[in-house]
Amino acid sequence: MVGGMKPLAENKKKSGDTAQTVRRASGDVLLDGKGLTKRFGEILANDRVDLRINKGEIHALLGENGAGKSTLVKMFYGALEPDAGEIIWQGRPVQIDNPAAARSLGIGMVFQHFSLFEALTVVENIALALPDPGNMKALAKRIESISSEYGLPLNPQDIVADLPVGIRQRIEIVRCLLQEPALIIMDEPTSVLTPQEADRLFKTLERLASEGCAVLYISHRLEEVKRICHHATILRHGKVVAECDPSRETPSSLANMMVGTEVIGVSHGAKAPELGPARLKVTDLSAPAQNPFATTLNDLNLAVHAGEVVAIAGVAGNGQGELFDALSGEIQVAPGMIQIDGQACGAKSINWRRQKNAAFVPEERLGHGAVPGMTLTNNIVLTRHGTNDGLVSAGFVSDGQSGELEQKVKTHFDVRMSHDNPEARSLSGGNLQKFVVGRELDRKPGVLVVNQPTWGVDAGAAALIRQSLIDLARSGSAVLVISQDLDEIFEIADRIAVISRGFLSEAEAASGMTRERVGLLMAGSAERSKGNDRKAV
Amino acid sequence: MRIELVKRKEHSRLMAVLSPVIAVFLTLIAAAILFKLAGKDPLLGLFTFFIEPLTDTWSLQEMIVKATPLVLIACGLAVCYLSNNWNIGAEGQFVFGALCGSFIPIVFPDFETVLTLPLMLLMGALGGAAWGLIPAILKTRFNTNEILTSLMLVYVASLILDYLVRGPWRDPDGYNFPESRLFTDAATLPLIGDGRMSIAAPIAVLVVIVLTIVLAKTLKGFEIRVMGESPRAGSFAGFSKKRLTLFAFALAGGLAGLAGIMEVSGSLGQLLPTISPGYGFTAIIVAFLGRLNPAAILIAGLVLALSYIGGEGVQASMGVSDKIAAVIQGLLLFFVLACDTFILYRPRIVPGRPATGSEI
Amino acid sequence: MFEAVLLTVITAATPLLIAAIGELVVERSGVLNLGVEGMMIMGAVVGFAVANQTGSGTLGVLAAIVAGMGMSLIFGVLVLSLVTNQVATGLALTILGLGVSGMIGEAYIGVPGLRLPELYIPGLSELPFIGPVFFQQDAVVYLGFALVALVAFVLFRTRTGLILRAVGDNHGSAHALGYSVIKVRYLAVLFGGGCAGLAGAYMSLAYTPQWVENMTAGRGWIALALVVFASWLPFRVIAGAYLFGAVTVLTFHAQAQGVGVPSQLLSSLPYLATIAVLVLISANRRLTLVNTPACLGKPFVPDR
Repeated sequence: MVGGMKPLAENKKKSGDTAQTVRRASGDVLLDGKGLTKRFGEILANDRVDLRINKGEIHALLGENGAGKSTLVKMFYGALEPDAGEIIWQGRPVQIDNPAAARSLGIGMVFQHFSLFEALTVVENIALALPDPGNMKALAKRIESISSEYGLPLNPQDIVADLPVGIRQRIEIVRCLLQEPALIIMDEPTSVLTPQEADRLFKTLERLASEGCAVLYISHRLEEVKRICHHATILRHGKVVAECDPSRETPSSLANMMVGTEVIGVSHGAKAPELGPARLKVTDLSAPAQNPFATTLNDLNLAVHAGEVVAIAGVAGNGQGELFDALSGEIQVAPGMIQIDGQACGAKSINWRRQKNAAFVPEERLGHGAVPGMTLTNNIVLTRHGTNDGLVSAGFVSDGQSGELEQKVKTHFDVRMSHDNPEARSLSGGNLQKFVVGRELDRKPGVLVVNQPTWGVDAGAAALIRQSLIDLARSGSAVLVISQDLDEIFEIADRIAVISRGFLSEAEAASGMTRERVGLLMAGSAERSKGNDRKAV
Repeated sequence: MRIELVKRKEHSRLMAVLSPVIAVFLTLIAAAILFKLAGKDPLLGLFTFFIEPLTDTWSLQEMIVKATPLVLIACGLAVCYLSNNWNIGAEGQFVFGALCGSFIPIVFPDFETVLTLPLMLLMGALGGAAWGLIPAILKTRFNTNEILTSLMLVYVASLILDYLVRGPWRDPDGYNFPESRLFTDAATLPLIGDGRMSIAAPIAVLVVIVLTIVLAKTLKGFEIRVMGESPRAGSFAGFSKKRLTLFAFALAGGLAGLAGIMEVSGSLGQLLPTISPGYGFTAIIVAFLGRLNPAAILIAGLVLALSYIGGEGVQASMGVSDKIAAVIQGLLLFFVLACDTFILYRPRIVPGRPATGSEI
Repeated sequence: MFEAVLLTVITAATPLLIAAIGELVVERSGVLNLGVEGMMIMGAVVGFAVANQTGSGTLGVLAAIVAGMGMSLIFGVLVLSLVTNQVATGLALTILGLGVSGMIGEAYIGVPGLRLPELYIPGLSELPFIGPVFFQQDAVVYLGFALVALVAFVLFRTRTGLILRAVGDNHGSAHALGYSVIKVRYLAVLFGGGCAGLAGAYMSLAYTPQWVENMTAGRGWIALALVVFASWLPFRVIAGAYLFGAVTVLTFHAQAQGVGVPSQLLSSLPYLATIAVLVLISANRRLTLVNTPACLGKPFVPDR
């Protein structure tokens, strides 16, 4: 039904046919975007996009990373100015100059990476989004009443920095609700929630819809889109390629519309991997928080064996970064807490561990895994200078050697670039991630620790990366994946453990795990049982 | 209509080369305006300030004499700034190095051997490094802001110098003038040419060459650049931020100290209450004008040295205050910083939207 | 004697107090202006020159404020509109200020200066001891205290202050909510410049009523340190400024009394004290991390 580059009119006609037959929420048109276009330099982020939202409708906006979803909603929210096209709001053409204008029209937004101020209190954060917040005490009262009415209780005087992500999202939602919005835009709202928290959010959304408020729901979690959305618009490469009623589709048909081709699943090769010896062993790992906003690690235990992929699930900010840093050696702990192939290395440097054939891929690609303003050749040197690859002799770096390695990684992992040896920051997220992962896999590490391997990466690159992680494990390496993406975890993991507030649950076979069980562990049930254990001892 | 900045996908190599050139050009225009404001002929002013010193050998030698400490200090500062260590106290490190290096010729004037000079230079460099290490240690141990501590130490070093030349180190035969005894020949840097130029100048060139190679070709140079751009990625590469901070400050302090003792031993011949016309601060401008690249710093050092001599020139022949040199130096730094913006960003003109159809 | 010391402490502390409270506002908006010294010295020379030319101390003070704001505007254009490195630009501002002030001031070296008149608060100023110390000061001293109170009130009790703190905490979010980060920061930078100019004028019109080259002698830098010392809280600036005022004055008196210590050592005490205080404050990671404006010194380019 859809073809990537077909002219818009054709697409529209085809999708229009479907649109007439799909179930739309009753009610009039609330927002009608016509021919919206936005260009950033050479990239056409939105190409004559049409989008119509009815009153009281939960409308999904689907698309891969970089398809133009964020750009489109930012134009509705007044954060970006369209280069062409018009927005009709409740029947009148409007120019939304800034977010304040959007809010005064009745458009609220819940951001993916929250637009909150960590040093300020909940009530101050909310006051900043209101045109006339009035007396702070009265506002605090209103916040308490509205938030408990919608089942999202908040304490107005809490400082945001001290609050977990789930609560932070509530602040954003309550902030929208206080403005009695007609449309709430939500950007990937469940990406930071446990499944149970997400269920609670869906109830709130359904209630809002029943009260006549429309929701524009951006997500790439197709299960939940299918479950709660009345209508979906699908973007690809900045264009609308389809509209549908998600409840009549399957997740895989939705995925096909987003990607444009059949989505490649990963293959696990040998069904049950032959488990070898533990190559990465974590024993009673504890580490104090490095700063006031960090998480303390408490008695973590885990073994990753040759031949398996172990995944650590968890909501952001529960100690994943700290665990990664301890495993890689960026923070050092007691020697026996971490062993690589039986050698205690908790207090050794990251390069010592690399020399023992361990490799690491951090969550942040730009600024941690790679230096943004340096060329790829230089970024090869970043992790390979200490691993006897012949890159450095007598203190001098060999440009030839690093150039060769860069070429190798580029070809093996299909890293696409506009010209030879560009700066890391000019690569797209997917290509840079392929480079950063490829740089380590090229060494055939015996132990690989990777944090969020496919975060913000397009489906093609994600499939390639996931497959190469499985292949590495099957070749006898131990692979530890830290991820917040449950789909990814269930796709690639042999065993799953869950991290919550710095506590780690015991790793269990993926085949015996359910999403519900993972969700409960994410919400801290492991932590409680740990605490009880300790009391018992 | 408005102008906005758009981040480039990659650094512009063209602008990286053009930026200092454009900055110098803009400074010339500003200088012409300054001369006009002072009621002088702008063209004559520019000529006297920027061209005339280049026409006679004495001025040229003097230019090299002044460029030498600027280049040495700026090389060290470049390493600091590249690695994101904001050492602005080079003036203090210069002074303290000069003090330490002067210990032998002032306290033991009779120690006259071939070792005298090398020892003096070594002590000067070590003294400067030690002074530079104070803010570095405070930064690494206590997380103290190095900008403020390194600057405060400038005042302290100047006061120590003042105390010594007025007190214990005053020349016993100097009729109570606040100055030390004159250095003996064994404690004086060999001179080159007929002016005040000494072997300090070739030493500075040597430092430039070595540092160019270190920064461009070695792992240490790579470490310095990585740490400056992205400390997190640096620690992922296994580099230690703290060790590099100590290294950068020690190197910058050492070079400043070396410049200090060579200035005293080569050009002044004795300690005075003031031994620097603000070399440590002017070197900051040199470092930025040279875009933190040692080879370019060599040229930038000559440009700034020219501004000192040009300032003296316009005062002598046109009656314009030599303070105009400091103004021109300050303006130059502003223009350099402004032009550097366009290495990372490109300007874009956004036409205003026609005000039709807007309801708000 | 004690009364006289206290009086000089107040005059020594006032310029630090005013410059620091201005910089505190700038830093609360997320901008680090290291050019306080340069703006202050410009305020000092312009204040002195205008007062000298017009015979009016008030005009001198006003001109100094304008000069400080003019300097900060240059800084603002570079740092906010051209996104230059804030540390380097602040340094450039100081270098430029020292140069330009030297040039303007050449004509005024050795010229007798004008002293700001003292304001006598009727009734209160006749009180013994308390009267002369607290109620017979020049207007700028009172203005300094008023500024601190005003800044504290605006920062923590008004919407303007809330927006300012929000911009300094997270400029991305502030922009997303529709606040003009750049505009807020321009205003904060101008306020800081005005305060630095005023502090400079106080140096050349009240503290030592004359023009001497480099007469601010690092006070701009000490004011920067005071902001850290105060951990970005207005009322703590008063404590810091008076502490430093006291150190400065005590060294003067010690020198006058002929304490058997080299005068240079005494003169270096304020600088050494600054270092000591910075070390003590910054060693407390929790305190500094929690209060430091999270966007301090970070460049911001709005996308639109």
